[in-house]
Amino acid sequence: MPEVKILEEVCKGCGLCCDNVCPVGILRLAPDRINSSGYHPAEITDMSKCIGCGYCYMTCPEPAIEVYK
Amino acid sequence: MKLLFGRPAGLTDINQRYCPGCGHGIVHRLIGELLVEMNIREKTIGVAPVGCSVFADEYFNCDMIQVPHGRAPAVATGIKRTRPDCMVFTYQGDGDLAAIGTAEMIHVAARNENITIIFINNAIYGMTGGQLAPTTLPGMRSTTSVKGRDVVTQGYPIKVCELLNALDGPYYLERVAVDIPRNIIKTKKAIKTAFQYQLDNKGFSLIEILSMCPTGWGVTPVQAKKWIAEVMANYYPLGELRNRAKEAK
Ligand SMILES: Cc1ncc(C[n+]2csc(CCOP(=O)(O)OP(=O)(O)O)c2C)c(N)n1
Ligand code: SF4
Ligand code: SF4
Ligand code: SF4
Repeated sequence: MPEVKILEEVCKGCGLCCDNVCPVGILRLAPDRINSSGYHPAEITDMSKCIGCGYCYMTCPEPAIEVYK
Repeated sequence: MKLLFGRPAGLTDINQRYCPGCGHGIVHRLIGELLVEMNIREKTIGVAPVGCSVFADEYFNCDMIQVPHGRAPAVATGIKRTRPDCMVFTYQGDGDLAAIGTAEMIHVAARNENITIIFINNAIYGMTGGQLAPTTLPGMRSTTSVKGRDVVTQGYPIKVCELLNALDGPYYLERVAVDIPRNIIKTKKAIKTAFQYQLDNKGFSLIEILSMCPTGWGVTPVQAKKWIAEVMANYYPLGELRNRAKEAK
């Protein structure tokens, strides 16, 4: 089962990974949380749906995303 | 669990100081990946410009030098000629490459110098506060064209790939974008091809990358990404303009 880790302190909450990038639509910006820089970090809503494609990682400028399998 | 995708060893551990959603970070990562995948990190020397990527020397995990505005191709020429065994690339924005550095850009291409230019076209001067660049689109607003670029007084944009394609010198010229995964994959392939041609002593390559500057454009990162596909790529069509390797076949 693939697993995605968001490095919340590295994330700048740009939202690029959350906009029509994930084929199964499980990424969003956390509505209720900010990191120490004041950004809403990206979060995964349902890890069990992840197919490990890496598209989220690919679009992340930081990169604040790691994909494991 | 095995790491499939994560920060490549071709980048340092320093967190980049670009704005949220800036295209520079994506291009940095692609180069960082290729330094490892092509096993060239130890023999690569990168030349950082003036502009938002002025600190690129801190971000790439290979030998780097940071040089005065626009002069990267000249410095890269000197490095490559004294160390032909090294892989030498410049990393330049549109203000750096296509305004103050126009002369260097044209002559390094005309000489078919065996270096690679990674050219970030974000249609604006990012670092200095969003002024008009040679690449700013007609009608596009910037802090020095507040009503939109007026081609009567401010002239027309420079299409760098098309301009250089008029020269016999260049070996490989391609325009790509880093807006969506499909284009990001193509960008990586283009940079890899350019690096490989240099390693094979083929000569000069320039990869022009349409890249988001949400801050300079005054939009959100997601709007910036969409603007590349909907507006910018119409003025700057994506694709390969020159590939001598294919002509030879
Ligand atoms: C000789 C000189 N002239 C002008 C400047 C001011 N300056 C700094 S960055 C820049 C333009 C940067 O724009 P660009 O190359 O498009 O890079 P970006 O910041 O958009 O990545 C200018 C004009 C300078 N630093 N040195
Ligand atoms: S790896 Fe693919 S499927 Fe999994 S979260 Fe990222 S984009 Fe979605
Ligand atoms: S693309 Fe990267 S920086 Fe932007 S929201 Fe997603 S994880 Fe955060
Ligand atoms: S001003 Fe533009 S190019 Fe510079 S870091 Fe911010 S988004 Fe990137």
